[in-house]
Amino acid sequence: MFCGESILRDNPLFRVIYDGASYFLPCWLSYLVAGVVIMLILVNAVLLGAAAASWMERRLLGRFHNRIGPNRWGPFGTLQPIADLIKLLTKEDLIPAGADRIAFTLVPILMVSTMILMTAVIPFAKDTALADLNVGVLYFLAVSSLTAVALFMAGWSSDNRYALFGAARGVAVLISYEVPVVLSLLGVVMIAGSMSLGAIVHAQQVPFILVQPLAFFLFLAGMSAELNRTPFDVAEAESEIIGGYHTEYSGIKFALIQAAEFGGVLVVSALITTMFLGGWGGPFSEYLGWLWFLLKSILVVALFSWIRATYPRLRIDQIMGFCWKVMLPLSLINLTATTLEVFFLPENGTTMGEQWIMAGINLTLALVCVPLFGKLMREKARPGSSPAGARVVPGIPTIESS
Amino acid sequence: MTIRTEPMTVNVGPQHPSTHGVFRLRITFDGEEILEVEPVLGYLHRGSEKLAEERNYVQIVTLTDRLDYTSPMINNQAYCLAVEKLVGIEPPLRGKYLRTLAAELQRIASHLIAVGFFVQEMGAFGTPLMYAFRSRERILDLFEMLCGARITVSYMRPGGVFADTPPDFWPALARFMEDFRAEFSELEDLLLENEILLARTRGVGPLPPNVAINCSVSGPVLRASGVNWDWRKMEPYDAYDRVEFDVPIGTNWDNYDRFWVRMQEVRQSMRIIEQCVEQIEPGPVRVPDLPLVLRAEPGAEAYGRVEASKGELAFYLVSDGGISPYRCKIRSPSLINLTVTEHLLVGWTLADMIITLGSVDINMGEVDR
Repeated sequence: MFCGESILRDNPLFRVIYDGASYFLPCWLSYLVAGVVIMLILVNAVLLGAAAASWMERRLLGRFHNRIGPNRWGPFGTLQPIADLIKLLTKEDLIPAGADRIAFTLVPILMVSTMILMTAVIPFAKDTALADLNVGVLYFLAVSSLTAVALFMAGWSSDNRYALFGAARGVAVLISYEVPVVLSLLGVVMIAGSMSLGAIVHAQQVPFILVQPLAFFLFLAGMSAELNRTPFDVAEAESEIIGGYHTEYSGIKFALIQAAEFGGVLVVSALITTMFLGGWGGPFSEYLGWLWFLLKSILVVALFSWIRATYPRLRIDQIMGFCWKVMLPLSLINLTATTLEVFFLPENGTTMGEQWIMAGINLTLALVCVPLFGKLMREKARPGSSPAGARVVPGIPTIESS
Repeated sequence: MTIRTEPMTVNVGPQHPSTHGVFRLRITFDGEEILEVEPVLGYLHRGSEKLAEERNYVQIVTLTDRLDYTSPMINNQAYCLAVEKLVGIEPPLRGKYLRTLAAELQRIASHLIAVGFFVQEMGAFGTPLMYAFRSRERILDLFEMLCGARITVSYMRPGGVFADTPPDFWPALARFMEDFRAEFSELEDLLLENEILLARTRGVGPLPPNVAINCSVSGPVLRASGVNWDWRKMEPYDAYDRVEFDVPIGTNWDNYDRFWVRMQEVRQSMRIIEQCVEQIEPGPVRVPDLPLVLRAEPGAEAYGRVEASKGELAFYLVSDGGISPYRCKIRSPSLINLTVTEHLLVGWTLADMIITLGSVDINMGEVDR
């Protein structure tokens, strides 16, 4: 066995527990104990974080809506998620008669476990990632696309036509948005020269939101789509298909799906913080890194809530068009520009000065490209002339005026 | 390789988040595209027309509140106009102005609901709806001052309105109008030029004027189809011949125009209310010395119509000389506007279907009566 030779050894907390346990336990057992302890901490932190994120979103949405939001249970309503959970736990756990019971039951588990798996590579502060994989970005993307499978399982096994609509839409959106999301992260990876999230944070002399503005917006939009959030929430469009793939879920299963959704927002916010906002970087980052990371993540969660409160939903064909006609070209432009910059700059974009130069070039590029593509899409989406009716009854004159 | 596909029939409603009550559509889909639509009505039937035959002319006012529960004031107005024609009385001027004022406040409230839910159904999570409801709450508060009720107002009576305004109504109305101007501008800023709203609604669900006229569509839906048709202009009732306002007309016949017409009508209603406040003078609010129980000539009949928030609302009353009408037929705009469902929906997708239905703005209390 490895006995100490492991990727987990980079984590100081793991080392402490492992060393302590190995005084009186065989090394394979202390390895197991340390792993389980760390995982329990992480899983609970993520689930509590999801609860906190749901509370924050509901409070924020309340403010956006000119209302107060949940404020009855606990100070400022902070215990509201717990109350909701208890309510959902006591509800009857319904499985529709025609449902595929195994697949139906597996979906919430799959969704939550994917969400928790994603947190494994996120560095919450210096050297605190559970596993600072050298393919961290790739791992994150691979695990996050497992959601598509869960989504389709839910839609297919529910034996509900609305769920089927939601699943078909969701899978189409998820698969399409993988492409621009991956391409937009490629620029970041190229500058950092590594796929390890820790290395990416270290590489950010200037926060990458300035160095890679296009990539940031593409990633934000792509992740909104992957998280099923407005304006891309067609997979669970409540006003159209009654919640889409999770129409038939109730009780604890529904609670888990909701937890996976809010946890997903949290995890993606953490990833955006890591990739674009300088991660744990900030004043006294040796000691206060976790605080900066938390603050930045909360800011991104608030941004997601703000977007959700503002925009109506796009139609599925418009979303696909936006992906393939706007986001893909933009991500390719960003990739090309970044490649050239990294290639031609003497230090390959690793010093602060060079990153400021790249920031200047890329910001200009973004300011040119985004309005340009916006204009193209707008002209496509809004026909100027009066549309001809599909089924006109001939021969009846129009009444012009009274 | 070809994959065998088959059309799928889905029951949208009667329990669905965006069917405006208990409306049911049996829709056959090819993927997301709509092949066939069959509306199924009657889940909210309460027999209002039959109930009217058992009540006297004043009591029926309370039945009209419950028709289109988003605009009870205008329902009262239509019914009272019909009875006044039947019995042959005319309300005093102050009563007419108060009715006009209440009806226009109600039109604002009803259009705010229509616009709010229209955008909500487009997927905006609550914000436009809450902006709209914030102002609607204030209007309902004003109604509460007028008559003590917010929804089931029964404010108007044959021959005028049931009571004069309380003294603190006019300052409250002035405060509301001042705030509402700002609040409505906020809503307009959020929605009118919204890029996603334009992408979703422009060119979607066009209703050509000839189809609209063939199906006797009325109200904002007809005006959005480019037909200048407003009973307040063509056959002015109450105080509408004494106020100035414009009738917004759509040019593209689509969902956006229906939404736009409603937004503009709110602006016009604000104009009417301002003029009413300027012009109104003290005086009686109801024909004095009316008997408690009204009677009409045997065989008399009357058709009273108004431009309600959803279209032409009319009551057709026939008298047999008794204390209650022999027949009370309600021409409800929502039901007639539903007849274009098939023209509007077939060939469009599920997502378009929801917002097109929202843009027609039906109310099941009125459809099923």
